[in-house]
Amino acid sequence: MTQNPHYTKHHPKWYRTGMPIFWWMHKWVHMKFILRELTSVAVAFYAVVLLFQVRALSQGPEAYASFLAWLKTPIAIVLHAIAFLFVIFHSVSWFNLSPRALVVRIGKKRIPDAVIAASNYLAWVVFSAAMVWIMLTS
Amino acid sequence: MPTNVTLDIFRYRPEDELKPVFQSYEIPFRKDWVILDALNYIKDSLDGSLSYRWSCRMGVCGSCGMMVNGTPVLTCATFLEKFLPGPIRVEPLKNFPVIRDLVIEMSDFMRKLKRVKPWIIRDEEKSLSEGEYLQTPTQLADYKQYSMCINCMLCYAACPIYGLEPSFTGPAAIALAQRYNFDNRDQGKKQRMEALLQDGGIWECTLVGECSVVCPKGVDPAGAIQRYKVASTTEWWKSLLMPWGSREG
Repeated sequence: MTQNPHYTKHHPKWYRTGMPIFWWMHKWVHMKFILRELTSVAVAFYAVVLLFQVRALSQGPEAYASFLAWLKTPIAIVLHAIAFLFVIFHSVSWFNLSPRALVVRIGKKRIPDAVIAASNYLAWVVFSAAMVWIMLTS
Repeated sequence: MPTNVTLDIFRYRPEDELKPVFQSYEIPFRKDWVILDALNYIKDSLDGSLSYRWSCRMGVCGSCGMMVNGTPVLTCATFLEKFLPGPIRVEPLKNFPVIRDLVIEMSDFMRKLKRVKPWIIRDEEKSLSEGEYLQTPTQLADYKQYSMCINCMLCYAACPIYGLEPSFTGPAAIALAQRYNFDNRDQGKKQRMEALLQDGGIWECTLVGECSVVCPKGVDPAGAIQRYKVASTTEWWKSLLMPWGSREG
């Protein structure tokens, strides 16, 4: 037996199939997985928007005003709406998956999965509330 | 209740045909029959040339895994009744080369299993006079779930990442690495981590999660891999922030 895991002796009589390019189209769970992977594009979109906002801010009030004007254009609003839905999907699916990765123990007791998932949502609500408060009071 | 049910079975006879074909067999339907009983009936009474693996008939040996209507299952634990009225499509486990009919080639899995060193590693063995390694029920509970793996490879058949990237070590082997990492008698965590941080290791996994869905033993390999990622990230941060500290966690 070879030590190299990448090497399998050539057997012309073994039947092998590859994965078709649209392998994820046949099952809803796979489709959901691909959608979840694609949500990272929406997260990246928000990051890029933020970078442009910071740049506009550094260029003075005029540049910032024109950035804000761009945000009000229909295309920016549509892009934001789509990105927002994707980001919600991203957050919810990862929050629900987090107990799979985090096994936390207090003493000998393992913290139940629901508590770990719920603490993510709680943090989400707290941070969102803080953001709203900052925006409304400033 | 129907009196008969049809099975469409994947046949591949490399001496006769270049490509596999599906062959239909009509068998009597019995409520207490699993898919494996149906295959045994075909082999005994209809077509002795059908090849497939099986052994224990009770979900322990892990030999009889096949794709039934597109889902990897242990055929000894899957009732015919579930798929009525049929026809029921039986294929070899996906993502593996097929040697003949329903028999797959599994040496890739065996090599990967060996690579994660699924045995207890000690820096220094205790001498016999020092007695046995003791373990509390809580310490046993830490890894017991992962020790339930029967190497049936259903998780490999369910994993699209393994299908796309054959170098991926895969769900069962990583779960079995964790079985020993979480064992308080073991000291080989670092050696296994080295093997699993390379190409084809834990970071190939993008958490599709299907491995845990199909696992007949409730092992949750997907969870095991994610815990591995958390542990490796923690180690990385520790080595970055405290380079003088020991990396053995």
